[in-house]
Parts: sequence; C-alpha cells; structure tokens
Amino acid sequence: MDFLRPASWEEALAAKAEHPTAVPIAGGTDVMVEINFDHRRPEYLLDLNRIGDLYEWEVGEDTVRLGASVPYTKIMENLRAELPGLALASHTVASPQIRNRGGVGGNLGTASPAGDAHPALLAAGAEVEVASAARGTRLIPIDEFYTGVKRNALQPDELIRAVRIQKADGPQQYSKVGTRNAMVIAVCAFGLALHPRTRTVRTGIGSAAPTPVRAKAAEEFLNAALAEGGFWDNGKIITPSVAKQFADLCSAACNPIDDVRGTASYRRHAVGVMARRTLTWTWESYRGARRATEGAA
Amino acid sequence: MRVNFTVNGRPQEADDVWEGESLLYVLRERLGLPGSKNACEQGECGSCTVRLDGVPVCSCLVAAGQVEGREVVTVEGLAEYAKQRAEGGCATGACGTSLDEAKSWQAKGSDSQTGEGTELSPVQQAFIDAGAVQCGFCTPGLLVAADEMLERNPNPTDADIREALSGNLCRCTGYEKIMDAVRLAAARQSEGV
Ligand SMILES: Cc1cc2nc3c(=O)[nH]c(=O)nc-3n(C[C@H](O)[C@H](O)[C@H](O)COP(=O)(O)OP(=O)(O)OC[C@H]3O[C@@H](n4cnc5c(N)ncnc54)[C@H](O)[C@@H]3O)c2cc1C
Ligand code: FES
Ligand code: FES
Repeated sequence: MDFLRPASWEEALAAKAEHPTAVPIAGGTDVMVEINFDHRRPEYLLDLNRIGDLYEWEVGEDTVRLGASVPYTKIMENLRAELPGLALASHTVASPQIRNRGGVGGNLGTASPAGDAHPALLAAGAEVEVASAARGTRLIPIDEFYTGVKRNALQPDELIRAVRIQKADGPQQYSKVGTRNAMVIAVCAFGLALHPRTRTVRTGIGSAAPTPVRAKAAEEFLNAALAEGGFWDNGKIITPSVAKQFADLCSAACNPIDDVRGTASYRRHAVGVMARRTLTWTWESYRGARRATEGAA
Repeated sequence: MRVNFTVNGRPQEADDVWEGESLLYVLRERLGLPGSKNACEQGECGSCTVRLDGVPVCSCLVAAGQVEGREVVTVEGLAEYAKQRAEGGCATGACGTSLDEAKSWQAKGSDSQTGEGTELSPVQQAFIDAGAVQCGFCTPGLLVAADEMLERNPNPTDADIREALSGNLCRCTGYEKIMDAVRLAAARQSEGV
C-alpha cells in the first residue's frame, strides 16, 4: 500500500488522475473500518486531510458552498440557520468523536442508502461539485448523484470538492428511526423542506430504498393541494386528509428491504409517520413565522 | 513509512508503519502507550479516544499517515495536559510527558481535598472518588472525552454530559457513577479546588 499525501487540491486531482484506483480518505470513519476489518486493501490511500480548502465553507446569496471535509460538528455549530435540515441530520450521526471527523464528502463518497446527509440534501436541493485534472469542474444535481446501492456518479479520476446547497428559505426538519439516540444507523429517515419562495415542498427518504430518494409524487400532490387551498397565503392548518394522503404517498415512494435493522413493511409505515410529523412541524413553524411578520407589519 | 508527530507534548517518531495502520495501533504497538484501548476498531465504543489537534477522535479510525506533523494527547498525558491548562499553557517549552514517563505512568491518587501533590487530572481524581471505574477498560476514553467537555463547558447539564459521552460505551457501571464523576469534576473545577 502507498500513502499519498497531496498538499493542495491541484496535487490531489493530479494524484487521483495518475492513480484512479486510489481510495480517498477524509475523516476515515468509513474507510478505516473497512481497512481494520480487512474488507478493503487499497493499493493507494489518498489523504485529503492536508487540503485546507475542503474544510471551509462559503455562505453565498442563495447557496452554501460546503467543503467536502467540513466535519458534522462544524455544520451543527455554524450552519444551523442556513442549513437547518442538514444541521439536524448531522446531529444524529454516530457520536461526537465520529462527528468531529466525518463529513458530507465522505457520506457522499460512501453513498450508503442509510447516510444521514442524503435526505437533508435531497430536501434542501443541492449540487455536488466534483472535479478532475483532465476535465475541470462539473456540478452533479443531487437527484442524479446516487446511482445504486453504495454507488455514485463519480468518475474514477474525480474528487468531490464541495456541495452547493440551497440556503433554507423556510422551515426544514429531519427525522430518523433507530433503537437509541446515539450511535445508530438509521432504520429509516426522512427529511422535509418547505420552500415558500417557490411555494414548493421537497422531501428526502433514507434507508428505505436502494438509494436515497425523493418522494416526488408526494411532493407534487402536496404542492398542488397547498396551491389550490391558498395555504401559502392564508396560512391555514393543513387538513388531516391532505397530510394523510401526503404520508401515504411518501410510504409508497419507498422500496425497502427486510434486514437486521427492520422489516420492509415497518420502514414503509415509519416513513409515513415521519412524513406526517415533519410536515406538521414545519408547517406550524411556517405559520408561526408568517403570523410574526404579519403582526409586525 | 515513518510518521513524525507530537504525542503528549513531545515529538515522536514511529518507524516501519504500515500505510493502512491506525493511529491506535501506532500508539499501542509502536510507541508502547497502551492507555488508549482497542475494543472494537470500528468507532463504536470510544475506548480509543484521543485528542487530535485538540479534537476528540477515535484513534482506531485515524490513519497513521494522517497524523504526520500533528498533535495527539492520550490518557497517559492527560494529567500533565490538564495541569498546563490550569496554569495557562506551557511557557518554557519543556512541558509535556516523555515517552518513558508516559509508559511508566500510574495512577497514584492524591489528596482530593487539598489538591496537593496532584498527579491526576481533576477528571481522573473524580472518577476514583466517585467509584466510576470497574474493569476500567472504557475509562481512558471516557476520561479524554469528559476532560475535553469540561474544557469547553465548565458547567455542563446532565444532558450535556450524556451527549458528550454518547460515543463511549461502558459495559460495567451502568453509567450512573460516571455521571457522578463528571458532575463532581465540574463542581470541583468551578470551586477552583
Ligand atoms: C461508529 C460509526 C457510526 C456511524 N454512524 C453513522 C450515522 O449515524 N449516519 C451516517 O450517515 N453515517 C454514519 N457512519 C458512517 C460515516 O461516519 C459517514 O459516512 C461519514 O460521513 C463519512 O465521512 P468521512 O469523512 O469519515 O469519510 P471517509 O471514511 O474518509 O470516506 C468515505 C468514502 O468517501 C470517499 N471520499 C471521502 N472524501 C471524498 C472526496 N472529497 N471525494 C471523493 N471521495 C471521497 C472515500 O474514498 C470513501 O469511499 C458511522 C460510522 C461509524 C464508524
Ligand atoms: S476501538 Fe476505537 S472506537 Fe472502539
Ligand atoms: S468499567 Fe468496565 S467497561 Fe466501563
């Protein structure tokens, strides 16, 4: 095995181009488990810890450009206002020690259906910024990033530089089912973001299909129901029948399996429950914010 | 490969390190510092917790090559680390714990009432006084994690303590005495004892 230690982003891309089989290692919280248990014996490890750019984030007008290696702890501490869904999801990852090392770049690299960043990214709206020495930068819409169980759209010579995530323009929630609060891989998970600016709702489902997915039919149904009822303007309570229909469509978007963590039917059921709850929570918070601004006007 | 890094305030060099080796392995097997424990090698138990550039991490999940040029504090250096922190840093540059000292480090205990002759960090003393150690396997990781929390948050709530220690498993104590120990350390710290 060789340990490659690029000191800059350009050097890292050059190294990846020269050794396309090299395994990047950032926080190591996925890679080292595989090496410790001899599930993986890469020819080259490509250490990304020295590349300072990957640990930085920039808050722009509409998006946050989140460096691939920014640890979950920093997201929770610094980006709660801009990325509330991702900050909540980050807080559910493993333990403080793991959150101090692991980040979204590694979560995307592994592309596990259970990765906690994915539902939050799908709900917020995001693009993955990847680069190669040969072809420069390209942006992969988050919906196109997950291509199969633990597979993603990266080419062998590419590295993830950052994720460009839509800044929240409304309330967001993240919910996860597990056997306890810490150190738990999701049985299933659900992210929801209200986007009042475009009057749309987006979702993300984790651990209930071969890849993280959006519940697109549920989103379309809810977008139409909210528009028809004038809900965005009148701020009324969402009727139970609309919430139920939304929850049922979210359950229907799942394509789960039975495994040690839970059965397929439990996952489908739990996703519906989380969909209804997160819709209620976010909508209540939207109504509260609306009343506050109206009261002030 | 060779890895140069700082351990407990002193520069160290580890030779013949395999590229896929963990920091935990280097500490235990190459530097002879078995304080950090190996119980799972998959980040689940926290008994290998060390500070890497000040940040608590599972040393079993850090690749040895990633610590080149960086600073690690292990449980063997915790007492000295806490002492320096209390004294406001290392002015002389001669602080830290040498490898020989670290290897032969033993918990001697001290007079917790007066704090005189303290050879333990306040957190270590509190674990002894509260009876928070049974088999002791989880203790080094808990000490490093608890000490770091008290550094950041001198007056933690019970929820803060539970959260800070949520990555550390203990199979013996049922955690209640560990909670007592951290509360005790926090109380003593705020009394300046
Ligand atoms: C005990 C434990 C509990 C865990 N619990 C959770 C949990 O609750 N939720 C969860 O989502 N995850 C969990 N994980 C998994 C892991 O912590 C996350 O997936 C984390 O986000 C990985 O980030 P990392 O930086 O450590 O990745 P690494 O291990 O460094 O890398 C992971 C993968 O991504 C690739 N990679 C990393 N950076 C880049 C880059 N810039 N460009 C291209 N490829 C890259 C690597 O080659 C590798 O394939 C857990 C892990 C452990 C050990
Ligand atoms: S040995 Fe590292 S977390 Fe268990
Ligand atoms: S005292 Fe035995 S595992 Fe904690």
